[in-house]
Amino acid sequence: MALKYELSKVEVWDGNMAASHALRQAQVDVVAAYPITPSTPIVQNYGKFLSDGYIDGEFVMVESEHAAMSACVGAGAAGGRVATATSSQGFALMVEVLYQASGMRIPLVLNLVNRALAAPLNVNGDHSDMYLSRDTGWISLCAYNPQEAYDFNLMAFKIAEDLRVRIPVIVNQDGFICSHTAQNVAPLSDEEAYEFIGEYKQKNAMLDFSKPITYGAQAEEDWHFEHKAQLHHDLMNSHVVIEEVFDLFAKKTGRKYNIVEKYDMDDAEVVIVALGTTVETARVAAKKIREEGIKAGVVSLRTLRPFPYKLVAEALKDVKAIAMLDRSSPAGAMGMLFNEVGVAVLQNSTKKPILSNYIYGLGGRDMTQENLLQIYRDLDANAKANKLTHPTQQFIGLRGKKMAFN
Amino acid sequence: MKGWNEFEIGSVLFPFNEDGVQAQGKMREERSYTENSSRSASVAHWRVQKPVHNHDHCINCFFCWVYCPDSSILAKDDQMSGVDYVHCKGCGVCVSVCPTNPKSLLMFDENEANEEALKQWPQKEEKQK
Ligand code: SF4
Ligand code: SF4
Repeated sequence: MALKYELSKVEVWDGNMAASHALRQAQVDVVAAYPITPSTPIVQNYGKFLSDGYIDGEFVMVESEHAAMSACVGAGAAGGRVATATSSQGFALMVEVLYQASGMRIPLVLNLVNRALAAPLNVNGDHSDMYLSRDTGWISLCAYNPQEAYDFNLMAFKIAEDLRVRIPVIVNQDGFICSHTAQNVAPLSDEEAYEFIGEYKQKNAMLDFSKPITYGAQAEEDWHFEHKAQLHHDLMNSHVVIEEVFDLFAKKTGRKYNIVEKYDMDDAEVVIVALGTTVETARVAAKKIREEGIKAGVVSLRTLRPFPYKLVAEALKDVKAIAMLDRSSPAGAMGMLFNEVGVAVLQNSTKKPILSNYIYGLGGRDMTQENLLQIYRDLDANAKANKLTHPTQQFIGLRGKKMAFN
Repeated sequence: MKGWNEFEIGSVLFPFNEDGVQAQGKMREERSYTENSSRSASVAHWRVQKPVHNHDHCINCFFCWVYCPDSSILAKDDQMSGVDYVHCKGCGVCVSVCPTNPKSLLMFDENEANEEALKQWPQKEEKQK
């Protein structure tokens, strides 16, 4: 039996420590991991909990992130509760195996501490790896601070393992800004946390010898399409369970999360849509710019996948101008949020708000209050003119000549 | 034919119709395999050349059996007995590891009849000095 860890009502944890404690409390059977900045402390802390007797499960040290995810898929298929953590290049190396996990419907939990992708080499935060995950068939949740990194990890197991979902889950948090910034975190006790997540329910475990199964068989053109369609269908419907889990968590802790988070949206006319730690910074900016009489709001997502088209459209139906902030190189297109939020808004609302796209913060470049206030002022000008007063896509906080497209 | 909503999730296949512990106690021929187990379903669509086995030269060393990545070498009564064309991908690994002279396994065109292939078998190669 694992030792009980005595926690205070409020702990001072960074996002990594918060994630480590959540994994410990979930009593994960197998964690297979390879260290990479800035996610390393998650599994490092976990290893320490294990050696100190606070964990019953196995910790597998592997030779790469590809091997880490492979070991996780194997352990998950065998019938265990499994988790790991990674960032950036390590995540990129894992991606091949991520498709196996989602295709085999193994309810893994992956902590993705968001970081830039090389070249040039960079250990700091942006959302390049988060965006790289978007077609892998995983549910992708976004936490903005250490408390949320903790909460979302607990909820991730419950969502992934629900037999109506049975899809692996990524919990995103921003590298360094969240992962290494210590803040007050109110944890659940070990018993409460485990009770919330619940016992692991096996489904088609390979170690059940009375009912042997084959995982990962060849399908080719005969059946591949049908299997992928089934995964897509279940992902698109997983929001039902995600909302249920958010509600249960709110009942337990008083912390209520929404798939689409709205800040000051009751009368907002100009709105920033963002992800990650920038959401909190944008909320401060929205409050400040309201003193100038600009009706500013912030909309942010908790699920990048499944993408909440209806809820996004609903949240943005009455606004005049929207800026989608993408923290990843658009690499030859508009940013991802611009494309997906834009389509959601245009498909589902009769009004046609003015849409723009800001690329920011690559490789850990700060997103300042001044940048955000500037974006709100741009949006206000758009709203007043009822048309774009600047190019659709702009790069903010970039040195050198102004860069803009369309 | 099944539709997408009729599959077990996770694209898993159930190999046996019966209880697994029971099935594993039986010889392969006596087990009842499910229709869509990967044993019953052909996975050899992409083969363009096939290995043909020639009993006359085979020494039953089972190198081919060890090396075949698809477990497609058949054996019966301790003898190499041919190739399972439902699963063989035509990679030719068995042919290259076969040690006899001439080889007891050779690759032929997929649509060549096995009897025809056997008629064309090469003679023993002279050792090169
Ligand atoms: S050709 Fe390849 S797959 Fe076929 S029997 Fe020989 S080794 Fe096996
Ligand atoms: S490798 Fe050649 S000689 Fe050996 S068992 Fe196979 S066919 Fe026969």
